[in-house]
Amino acid sequence: MDSALALLAGLFVAAGIYLLLSRALIRMLMGVLVLGNGTNLLIFTAGRLARDGVPIVPPGLEQAVGPIANPLPQALILTAIVIGFALFSFLLVLVYRAYQVLDCDDTDAMRLAEPVDAPKPPLSY
Amino acid sequence: MALVAIAPFLAAALAPLVQRWAGGLAGWVLALVPAAVFVLLLGFVEPVVANGAVPVRFAWVPEHGLDLSFWVDGLSLTFALTISGIGALIVLYAGSYLKGHVHLGRFQAFLLAFMGSMLGLVLADNMVALFVFWELTAVTSFLLIGFDHWRQAARRGAIQAIVITNIGGMALLVGIIVLHQVGGAWDLSAMRAGGSLVRESGFYGPILLCILLAAFTKSAQVPFHFWLPNAMEAPTPVSAFLHSATMVQAGVYLLARMTPILGGTEIWSIVLVGFGGATLLWGALAALRQTDLKQMLAQTTLASLGLLVLLIGLGTEAAIAGMVLYFVAHALYKAALFMVVGALDHETGTRDLTRLSGMADRMPVTFIAAALAGFAMIGLPPTLGFFAKEEMLLGAFAPQWLQTLALVVLILGNALLATVAAIVAIKPFLGIVGPTPKSAHEAPLPMLVGPVVLGALGIVAALVIDQFGTLVLEPAASALLGHHVESHLAWAIDWRSPIIWLSALSWTLAALVYWQIDKVRTMLIRMHRAVNWTADNAFDAVMFALIRFAGTTTRLLHHGRLEFYLVVVFAMVALALLVPTIGMGGLSAITIQDWTSIGLHEWVVLLLAATGLVAVLGAQSRLVAILALGVQGVAVALIFLLFGAPDLGFTQFMVEVLSVIILTLVMTRLRLDERDPRPMEDWIRDGLLALLCGGAVSLLLLLVVSGTLDTSLSDFFAATSVPIAHGSNIVNVILVDYRGLDTLGEIAVVMTAALAVVALLRTRRRAGETFVPKDGEA
Repeated sequence: MDSALALLAGLFVAAGIYLLLSRALIRMLMGVLVLGNGTNLLIFTAGRLARDGVPIVPPGLEQAVGPIANPLPQALILTAIVIGFALFSFLLVLVYRAYQVLDCDDTDAMRLAEPVDAPKPPLSY
Repeated sequence: MALVAIAPFLAAALAPLVQRWAGGLAGWVLALVPAAVFVLLLGFVEPVVANGAVPVRFAWVPEHGLDLSFWVDGLSLTFALTISGIGALIVLYAGSYLKGHVHLGRFQAFLLAFMGSMLGLVLADNMVALFVFWELTAVTSFLLIGFDHWRQAARRGAIQAIVITNIGGMALLVGIIVLHQVGGAWDLSAMRAGGSLVRESGFYGPILLCILLAAFTKSAQVPFHFWLPNAMEAPTPVSAFLHSATMVQAGVYLLARMTPILGGTEIWSIVLVGFGGATLLWGALAALRQTDLKQMLAQTTLASLGLLVLLIGLGTEAAIAGMVLYFVAHALYKAALFMVVGALDHETGTRDLTRLSGMADRMPVTFIAAALAGFAMIGLPPTLGFFAKEEMLLGAFAPQWLQTLALVVLILGNALLATVAAIVAIKPFLGIVGPTPKSAHEAPLPMLVGPVVLGALGIVAALVIDQFGTLVLEPAASALLGHHVESHLAWAIDWRSPIIWLSALSWTLAALVYWQIDKVRTMLIRMHRAVNWTADNAFDAVMFALIRFAGTTTRLLHHGRLEFYLVVVFAMVALALLVPTIGMGGLSAITIQDWTSIGLHEWVVLLLAATGLVAVLGAQSRLVAILALGVQGVAVALIFLLFGAPDLGFTQFMVEVLSVIILTLVMTRLRLDERDPRPMEDWIRDGLLALLCGGAVSLLLLLVVSGTLDTSLSDFFAATSVPIAHGSNIVNVILVDYRGLDTLGEIAVVMTAALAVVALLRTRRRAGETFVPKDGEA
């Protein structure tokens, strides 16, 4: 299963990057989500998989009995999911505002900061 | 000694304040500082004559064995006295010349700082200190030349000066570092004690190249000569100072200082005599072409610098004695003549040769000063210039081909310089008074002190030439050559010596040229036009090419198209992942696990995720794409659930559902193009890049899971969760206890994002319908 998930994580990353490279803002936003999921899967798989044994200590015991899943990647991913959601919300509103103001969602047409016809440097002292 | 080095800089810092308080008298007050330095330095004359040198040393960067060491010997003292003495007169002169100028205080500050740098340069023994002062002179002279910064010509002159001299500065830095590596010391005195160590090392060639480049750029030798005439854009006091004792003389000083370390070889003599001679003739001929008195003087400075370099190249005792004498004589008369021309310009409103005549009646004192300086420049007895000329001709009087060539060049150069001297110093004052833009009258006292004192000094030094020989010439020439030099200067003219007849020959030539000056000038101007290409134009071409290149490069890299930035970023990601993985033989370490161990339900989940992804990519409508996005998110949540992470699965479900709902809500408010806007070739490029990155991640992950895992940290958390942290959910314990600060940061991020969202949504009401970019807003 580790190998299969490794390939799946690669697929997530590829899909995410492909979406990010499209010039449409909404597709790029989806790309951010997909890339985030791919990264989470990467961390999850790198911490090895365990089919049974949640990382919870049964009541009354000092330690879990038998093999349990690796708790460290889970903690990292939990943080990542929450922060990823915050990032997604912020980007979504940013995209929404950009669309309202500029009336387009093509990044190639958004040239307000770096206009195409920016003046050349002056040739004098 | 420390006072000498620091006082000018302190004075520079205080100059604007002094200017404000003292007003018209500020020039006199500020001139006291260089005057005091001059007097202080005079105190060194006696010990230097007695002992040869006075070293002064302060700890600077002891960890690197660097001391701020100074070395006062005949050579540095001669330069330092000239710099501070002329400096005092220049500060005084400037106070009057720029009277009423808004930024006079700033000007005086620059001038004093420049003088301080120059003093430090000639007194420094440590090569690093020498370099620092060298660069300081470049920076301060930049400020001085570009003082009238609202004029483009001044800006251009300043930029040209700093660019050209900084090329030399970099060469100097390289040169002294290599010198240090070869000689093992930072102090010039220690290097001199090393004898011919450097000359015999294999690095002699590169060192020589660097030092010569530094000296030639600073001292404006052909082909780097063009910045000096353009530096004339500076106010006249600056020109007077820059051209006489400072800045350009730094290169000459460097060559003189390096003579015991690098000099005496055949290549040294040939290069110095060659470039020096070329510069001498070039400068002298260029001077004759001008009708602007200031430009004329500027070009003669080139000639004089060439002459000094040539003499250092010859390197005989008489040539070096001639060089020291000429340096002092030149500094005196050139500063005086610049001040005279400044006074003429100031009082008549013009410095055009053809418009000035008969000024002797109107400005008698200026005329006397001009005549004194002019005689010294022509080399007539009884002036210091005469002795300088005699010595230099004697130095080149030898049967070898190089010396003979130098002799011819010297006679020619001196003749042309004498002509220029007659034109600049005598011609405007003789004849009938012509009309001038301003009604001419005598210059004010502070502007007369300088030229008169300097002009008179040229004669006084010649009258006491015996003492001058023992007090100045002997220590300086000895320090330069590294062995004792006897002064044989005496106040007598030996008519049997051939040298005096060579001098007479040069005067005759000068008289001939002066007689035919109009024809000569016309001819020179015609020749100059015929060539129609100068190093000056070449400088512009190079600078503009540089600006264009910078602009093109910026446009290429900073093109403003997000997709290309992303392409570059992800290409780098792919390379960073693939090159180490494959390059270090990672492929062979990968072991693929048995596919049969994957259960049916697991296959279903994997397929669900893959289907979701493909659907997102291929969806025809936005809504389908968003739903597919939800599918892949749920698949990930299921994977978390299946493999022992119920908390993750639950959170992922929540987040995915929320994302899909919000995205759908926003989407319905936007009128978006349904299709992917990318053309075919972009589609292929992006697809390939995405596959490359994805493949690289898969490869990396396969490699990781094929290795062993260090679980010590996880084991620690699992073992101590209940006993220490009293929590049975290990993941939660890690989040809120062991890594509590991380979680605090996470909450802060979420809160910041929420605030930003609110802020963004609220601005909508104020923005109005159309967006108008304001200045500074992007």
